Amino acid sequence: MKPNPSPPKAGGMALGRTVLPIAMLSPAVLVTVAIVFLPMLQTAWMSLHDYILFRPKSFDFVGLKNFIAALNDEVFWISLRHTLIWIFLTVPSQLLLGLAAALLLNQEFPWRGLARALIIVPWALPSVVISLMWVWIYDSNYGVLNDFLLRLGLIATSIPWLADPATALYAIILTLTWQGFPFFAVMILAGLQSIPRSFYEAAAIDGASGWRQFWHITLPGISGVLVTAVLLRIIWVANSIDVIFVMTGGGPGYATYTLPLYAFIKARTNLDFGYGSALAVLFTLMLMGLVIVYLRRAGKAVQT
Amino acid sequence: MIIKKRSLTRRLLTVDLPITVILAFALGPYVWMFLTSVTAKNRLFTFGPSLVEATMENYLRLFKTVGFWNNLVDSFIIAGGTVVVGLTLSIMAAYAFSRFRFPAKRGLLLQFLVINMFPVVLLILPLFIFMRQLGLIDTHAALIIANSTVAIPFSVWMMVSYMNGIPRSLDEAAMTDGCTRLGALWRVVMPLCLPGIIATGIYIFITAWNEYLYALTLGGRNVRPITVAIQTLIGEYEVEWGLLTAGGVVGAMPATVLFLIVQKRLISGLTQGAVKG
Repeated sequence: MKPNPSPPKAGGMALGRTVLPIAMLSPAVLVTVAIVFLPMLQTAWMSLHDYILFRPKSFDFVGLKNFIAALNDEVFWISLRHTLIWIFLTVPSQLLLGLAAALLLNQEFPWRGLARALIIVPWALPSVVISLMWVWIYDSNYGVLNDFLLRLGLIATSIPWLADPATALYAIILTLTWQGFPFFAVMILAGLQSIPRSFYEAAAIDGASGWRQFWHITLPGISGVLVTAVLLRIIWVANSIDVIFVMTGGGPGYATYTLPLYAFIKARTNLDFGYGSALAVLFTLMLMGLVIVYLRRAGKAVQT
Repeated sequence: MIIKKRSLTRRLLTVDLPITVILAFALGPYVWMFLTSVTAKNRLFTFGPSLVEATMENYLRLFKTVGFWNNLVDSFIIAGGTVVVGLTLSIMAAYAFSRFRFPAKRGLLLQFLVINMFPVVLLILPLFIFMRQLGLIDTHAALIIANSTVAIPFSVWMMVSYMNGIPRSLDEAAMTDGCTRLGALWRVVMPLCLPGIIATGIYIFITAWNEYLYALTLGGRNVRPITVAIQTLIGEYEVEWGLLTAGGVVGAMPATVLFLIVQKRLISGLTQGAVKG
């Protein structure tokens, strides 16, 4: 440590106190502004234009044309329907499975530490690897799922889970449930551990049954965590397209299109950036409500 | 939950058994992938995946013929670069959040949170155009920058909570002894929250390693990280499940191992800020 030759003047200190935090924050803020917030505005701007990437000269302002086209687009409504099914099946399944896992992991048993560590492995895997192994599991000829169900006699012939429009979306929902339930388990477990033991002891002395203890102590104790986790999960599940994109690419037909995936495919394969942007903007506006609710909750937790 | 001491059989039935079932569900697909990867091609379709006559043949082919090695190197460069960039920016920002009072602090903290809430599709198109204008398409730099923004929000939140745990009086003591502000950060605060820095760094590494959509859009030809390579393999070697699953095992390895090392610390951070999808 270099000794300071002369103590800094009071004015210098005050200046340092305002300039230094700005200087330290600005790199992170600048990067996020450049990579997240500017592109967002650009997307909004592009959505008001006819913009197809292989015709870079034509960037004509068309107002809300893309949005009106979307509302008249059958695929838009199909995708929206799938997005809703996708969210309302995936998130509750993840939640219930996660809750069950958390309640179990909160009990005392000798290998609890190991179980707690292993249960989150799905969460750490790359989504491409997840897609790969589930495509293999669902394989219509050699997949283990068909093999398993055939041996149990639950199905008579192999089902091409991902190639059949009737099952493809649900097959992917199962994959996503698998990927996401550990997150709930871990969040809920943290909530459970914050409930004082004495609450249960008191309830047990008063003769409350296990179920009543769960209802009156456990659930209220973890309700905050539950709401936050559900909000976050809805937002992520809704946004998540990588697993679907790798597993089916939206197919067969439009059977596994969700809104963000539709926007992505429109832009990526058709290079129709104007329309793709409009879809992305529409979808984001739909999610906005949830994001605001989440931010309000998070904002309360911030101490400044 | 209930205080009564339960008998061993009852515990086995109500706790150990159900948790084993859930763990089997959680780990089964991974184990199945691993088994498939060590099964020889001629046995796979007749006997199915098994440890009998396990072979490394698929892994050898993966590195010899498919050129998986380059993809691994790309992934390491990108993930490592993201750790350096993301961690540096996050530590500086977190120190400012943790030690200074300034207007709009809450708003700025929340703007970091909001970043991960927007669908990638909303950002990816302009980002592609932007990177193309900068001439960064298909370079490691583009992916390092993009992945950093994905990782920064959670990293900032995590580092703020670690730094808040270190008393301000220590900084002040260092500054009375003649350190500058940055000197106090470098010599006092950072060594003290080293475990937190390591956990955050590993978190950043995992997110960057696992990232797929940016890698697909901003990279792809010269720079082809492991996630994109695996996805291409799925298209090219549809029936070569041994080879494919070997790729999956290798691709998942670094992130999984690192994750298991720091899982306790990461989880406590995760449950506070809760950002990854």
